[in-house]
Amino acid sequence: MTALLEVRHLTVHYPLPFGLAEVMTRRPRRVVQAVNGVSLSLERGETLGLVGESGCGKSSLGRAILRLTAAKSGQVLFDGTDVLALDKAGLFAFRKRAQMVFQEPHASLNPRLSVAKALAEVLRVHRVCSRTAIEARVLELLETVGLSADLGARRPAALSGGQCQRVAIARALAMGPELLISDESVSALDVSIQAQILNLFMRLKREMDLTMMFISHDLSVVRHVCHRVAVMYLGRVVELGPTEQIFRDPKHPYTQALLRAIPRMDPDAAPPAAAAASEPPSPVALSAGCAFHPRCPQAMDVCRDPPAPALRRSDQAEVACHLYPV
Amino acid sequence: MSAPVLRVEDLTVEFAAPGGPLRAVDEVSFELAEGEVLGLVGESGSGKTLTCRALIRLLPSRRARITRGAVRIDGLDLMTLPESAMQRVRGERIGMIFQNPMTHLDPVMTIGEQIGESLRFHKGITRREAGRRAVELLRQVGIPDPGLRSRSYPHSLSGGMRQRAMIAIALAGEPRILIADEPTTALDVTVQAQILRLLLDLRDRAGLSIILITHALGVVAETCETVAVMYAGRIVERAAKRTLLRRPLHPYSQGLIRSQPGTGAPLAELPSIPGQPPSLAELPQGCRFHPRCAYAIPRCREIRPPLADAGAGRRSACLRWQELAQAS
Repeated sequence: MTALLEVRHLTVHYPLPFGLAEVMTRRPRRVVQAVNGVSLSLERGETLGLVGESGCGKSSLGRAILRLTAAKSGQVLFDGTDVLALDKAGLFAFRKRAQMVFQEPHASLNPRLSVAKALAEVLRVHRVCSRTAIEARVLELLETVGLSADLGARRPAALSGGQCQRVAIARALAMGPELLISDESVSALDVSIQAQILNLFMRLKREMDLTMMFISHDLSVVRHVCHRVAVMYLGRVVELGPTEQIFRDPKHPYTQALLRAIPRMDPDAAPPAAAAASEPPSPVALSAGCAFHPRCPQAMDVCRDPPAPALRRSDQAEVACHLYPV
Repeated sequence: MSAPVLRVEDLTVEFAAPGGPLRAVDEVSFELAEGEVLGLVGESGSGKTLTCRALIRLLPSRRARITRGAVRIDGLDLMTLPESAMQRVRGERIGMIFQNPMTHLDPVMTIGEQIGESLRFHKGITRREAGRRAVELLRQVGIPDPGLRSRSYPHSLSGGMRQRAMIAIALAGEPRILIADEPTTALDVTVQAQILRLLLDLRDRAGLSIILITHALGVVAETCETVAVMYAGRIVERAAKRTLLRRPLHPYSQGLIRSQPGTGAPLAELPSIPGQPPSLAELPQGCRFHPRCAYAIPRCREIRPPLADAGAGRRSACLRWQELAQAS
């Protein structure tokens, strides 16, 4: 297998609006350090899960890979070419090969376009097929995602959440992408519908040989559909490894806390223990050293000192924690 | 278990619509015992939130009306009380917390003032005394540095802290029943675990009875004693948590449980329920689940299945529950 996508030291910072305090004191503008030097790669045909609490930078990372958000520094190599250096034409061609499905199904579709028109627009703009073939291709796409042809005339407002998400998936698939990034695409759906959409993703992945990045805060979903999982905490990947390994034997104290907090379906399980104390701090004022140390039950002196621990191999996984020295 | 603190009988809520009334909650009945945590489970639109809002007669729209039913607390039927008496019931007998604290907290009042307002209304105490009790309540719900936090505005608190503040407001009138409407859905899993732990602690310490509205079966498995599953406005199954999760006696509950990811083999097809929930305007005749049901027989289209007693305190609204029981 070869890597389809390789992310190297990717950093995304969002500047905060200038406050009076900054102007008066001539201090530099404060920034939200959303993604801090993340490196990871995706093999062709693999599904990588990206998990973490809200604000950990998982969506920013996904968006930066597709250049929907500007990265501050780093490299995104897609099939060998650096996405961040692409010019307009290059970016247009890249978008054909890498697509995204978003969380809010209704918000990501144009409310004034019927489903068929929305799909036809994509086909036309990207010149995927000849004008005469567009209609047939739209019907084919609807069928691929399990929608009946008569839904094509409807506008998004007349669709349910699950149907909308199918349309969004059809739109992403219209130009036959190799990489599909799903950003919380099943989080807003009810359980019975969520299972249908997850099945659809798994089937499409098999049939079209897609490479997928699955961003989700729902660890059970990630466990079900992903080959490997990257756990993010405040802009950094703290653990990365095969799904089975991460869930069976989590190494990083944060991964352990996260897994302990998932409500289990087992009716005989003990009620929730007081999990990781406190809440994730703001990504504006990151503490020096390991970002997790203020919440970590096993924090040592070294954790407070910069630099933050880097990812190191431990077993089959990689962990960024001082508990696992080289 | 002890005598029920709350008894709901045949509660029915309808929305006025041009084509005739739409029945969003259809003859819902259940009981809540002292110290019990009842999980009310269902998908969006199944009527679980509306049921609970009807209990305290706070319907979300003028078009909605309670057309039938009784809600009894200590023999008192809330549906016949005058509105002035209902204001006392809300807060002093039943408290309620919501999914999104930010939309239910006043953004221009400090947390302490909001708790104090509730205290002064329900307890008739002075402003100074209310301020002191507010800090005490914040301490009880596990907010660190409660003195300082009582002077904060909602926007400066994190999601978990806001939810704790809302719980403190709901507890100000010392209700015996707390309705928690998706209290952890907007929160991260680590914070969710903390809030659920807090609700259970309050139950243990104050003998609070809790109705927990949720769509997450994992949350039910960890916190509830009994579960009622709702589908399209009706309760389709009611049982103790363990029996319901282990051996559901309604095809819908069965489908919900099986379609949860994370339990079966990874990358395998998830057993999903085909189709989608019906809209209120186009409710199927007979059993409302029959168009999506693998067990449906012709009779399911004609007869509205009653919530039948299936023994050992469980009830199922499936005509074929006996066959399901034998199969499982």
